[in-house]
Amino acid sequence: MDFLNAIVALSNFVLVPAIAYGSQLALGALGVTLIYGILRFSNFAHGDTMAFGTMVVVLVTWWFQSMGISFGPLPTALLALPLGILGCMALLLVTDRVVYRFYRAQKAKPVILVIVSMGVMFILNGLVRFIIGPDEQRFADGERFIISARDFKEMTGLREGLAIKSTQGITVIVAVIAVALLFWFLNRTRTGKSMRAYSDNEDLALLSGINPERVVMYTWLIVAALATVAGTLYGLDKSFKPFVYFQLLLPIFASAIVGGLGSPLGAIAGGFVIAFSEVTITYAWKKVLGYLMPEGLEPDGLVQLLSTDYKFAVSFVILLIVLLFRPTGLFRGKSV
Amino acid sequence: MSAAVKNTVLFALVGGLILLTGFMQSWNSALLILNMGLISAIMAIGVNLQWGFAGLFNVGVMGFVALGGLAVVLVSADPVGEAWAAGGTRVLLGLLLGAATVVAAVLVNTRMPRGRARAIATLAILIGGFFVYRGVFDPGVEAVEKVNPAGTGFLGGLGLPVLLAWPAGGLLAAGAAWLIGKTALGLRSDYLAIATLGIAEIIIAVMKNEDWLARGVKNVVGLSRPVPYEIDLQNDPGFVDSAIGLGFDPVTASTLYVKVGYSALFLVVLVILLWMAQMALKSPWGRMMRAIRDSEVAAEAMGKDVTRRHLQVFVLGSAICGIAGAMMTTLDGQLTPGTYQPLRFTFLIWVMVIVGGSGNNFGAVLGGFLIWLLWVQVEPIGQFLMDVITSGMAEDSALRSHLLGSAAHMRLLTMGLLLLLVLRFSPRGLIPEK
Repeated sequence: MDFLNAIVALSNFVLVPAIAYGSQLALGALGVTLIYGILRFSNFAHGDTMAFGTMVVVLVTWWFQSMGISFGPLPTALLALPLGILGCMALLLVTDRVVYRFYRAQKAKPVILVIVSMGVMFILNGLVRFIIGPDEQRFADGERFIISARDFKEMTGLREGLAIKSTQGITVIVAVIAVALLFWFLNRTRTGKSMRAYSDNEDLALLSGINPERVVMYTWLIVAALATVAGTLYGLDKSFKPFVYFQLLLPIFASAIVGGLGSPLGAIAGGFVIAFSEVTITYAWKKVLGYLMPEGLEPDGLVQLLSTDYKFAVSFVILLIVLLFRPTGLFRGKSV
Repeated sequence: MSAAVKNTVLFALVGGLILLTGFMQSWNSALLILNMGLISAIMAIGVNLQWGFAGLFNVGVMGFVALGGLAVVLVSADPVGEAWAAGGTRVLLGLLLGAATVVAAVLVNTRMPRGRARAIATLAILIGGFFVYRGVFDPGVEAVEKVNPAGTGFLGGLGLPVLLAWPAGGLLAAGAAWLIGKTALGLRSDYLAIATLGIAEIIIAVMKNEDWLARGVKNVVGLSRPVPYEIDLQNDPGFVDSAIGLGFDPVTASTLYVKVGYSALFLVVLVILLWMAQMALKSPWGRMMRAIRDSEVAAEAMGKDVTRRHLQVFVLGSAICGIAGAMMTTLDGQLTPGTYQPLRFTFLIWVMVIVGGSGNNFGAVLGGFLIWLLWVQVEPIGQFLMDVITSGMAEDSALRSHLLGSAAHMRLLTMGLLLLLVLRFSPRGLIPEK
């Protein structure tokens, strides 16, 4: 019984949150990795792109709510999601046309493009704060739990409860759908194949008649969709605050690099590696160990390896270890 | 128009704008802009050393600036004897044990032959060391933080004069930069950027959470200062007489006097550092740096140790940022870890360097002054613009109040726009590299 209690406690506090967080990171990291693979620079504006897309979703959600439109037990934000994606696509296409295309034509060095993306980051950051303000916004509605801790306890008779928030369930389902669509697109469609070809070898791709501007456009469109979905899921699960999205940049980049920059599969693996290590290392293990250890040997302290404020340190240390021992990442991404 | 004339005009223009602030707003705010401009210029020199000279992409400026601020507390705050007695030695011992663990792990990793034995030994040292370190360290921290938590709750500093904290801030930042550089400099530019971004966040997280060190988010206030206090000046009959003799109100005169004092100190530091940076740029070392920046392969073929030179310039540039950070904390008179934001302390410095002219020290200084001036003044200008735009709207319109309330966020937009415009139309900055 104690063993079961330990497993339930572990799932409740570690596994479920880490899977949800990992899916959000993976979607974010996919965007970063695609831009790196096709446009060949690290996009510092990605966190703020996510914030922009989510902002549109939040605004549309409020509009729907004011009109009395709801999605039953599901959050209204899911209905607003397509509009948010469209908004984010428009934004990215405009920035590409106005900002990035010039440097692409010049064949500027990647580091210049990174600095350019810093400028875009400033503008998006300002834009989001200008439109929706710097404060925290909640926009989740609908059913709160798929299964609440109390129901679970009544159902199983265990001492520990397992709560699964509906946002966590939605996160995983939406993430799976998004990733499946992405891989289908990359592997099965003509455009997807031309994108992969362009990423592998630009010159060869150009020789075989692939239109680079078209590839770049599709990349931005996909990135916009991924960023908005990732941002909305994160916002539903926690809450929407522009500055937090900016800070997400670090774990997202860590995921993409750990998996191997430029490798979509790596980005997903990296997202889960980072999420699981963050949650396990900052989790206080007292409860789980209390069930597992024999009588009398239970730990006195919280058995927390690091306080939650150091979660950045965790993603960073993993990033460093991977960079030192396997610089191309787990899935052999690009190493320029 | 020759380059020298153009540069003088540019500097005169920025000086004129600061004077204009003095005439139109108040001399106090003009001096405040000047003082922070001097500090920003020093930070920009540091970043320019790394980016302009050597092409190193450091986006962890915030961390080094914060370490400089920490140095001010560690050097100039009064020691808390009670806290030292309660757990000071224990905390120090814990830190030493932690450091010893890392060193031992690194040694094992470099000295032992590659294989499973090495991996196991390294892991065992790291995990065992971690628990020993926590075992020694945690009780000490608890004891220290229990000592009068509302007033002190930290170990305090050395109680030395605050001016000593400036070089100390540089040293602290240099030490951290050496550690980071040792691990991250071999990586390619994007990776270095992400690594420094992460380090800066970690430094801030440590400063926010380790209350025994510098009180964390409870802030250390009332740090000693190198210039007299306003209240002392106002009580000094000699000062009051001379202020009235010059036609000033004694209260305003005392605040101005203090700020001018800071300006003079900062100017001395800026001139020294600028001179050193200019000398370095002109020296064979500077030429080598630029050669490495322009082509690492060619420089390596000429027998230059690229990684070593990178480490050197990374440490030097970070040290300058640390000095600037210490100066800033001295100017504020308090250390507030909660206020360090990457947009303000890392990316804004980058805007200064790029707009001013990367690779040119005078460009960096000009960028420091100009961008800081804009950063401060965009807010009132934005407010004014919004007033004009919304003047036609109804008093109670929601859009109007929203626009007026959002004017404060104009600065980020402006900075981004400025950076993009300069990169597009004048990529070498206002004062280009020669």
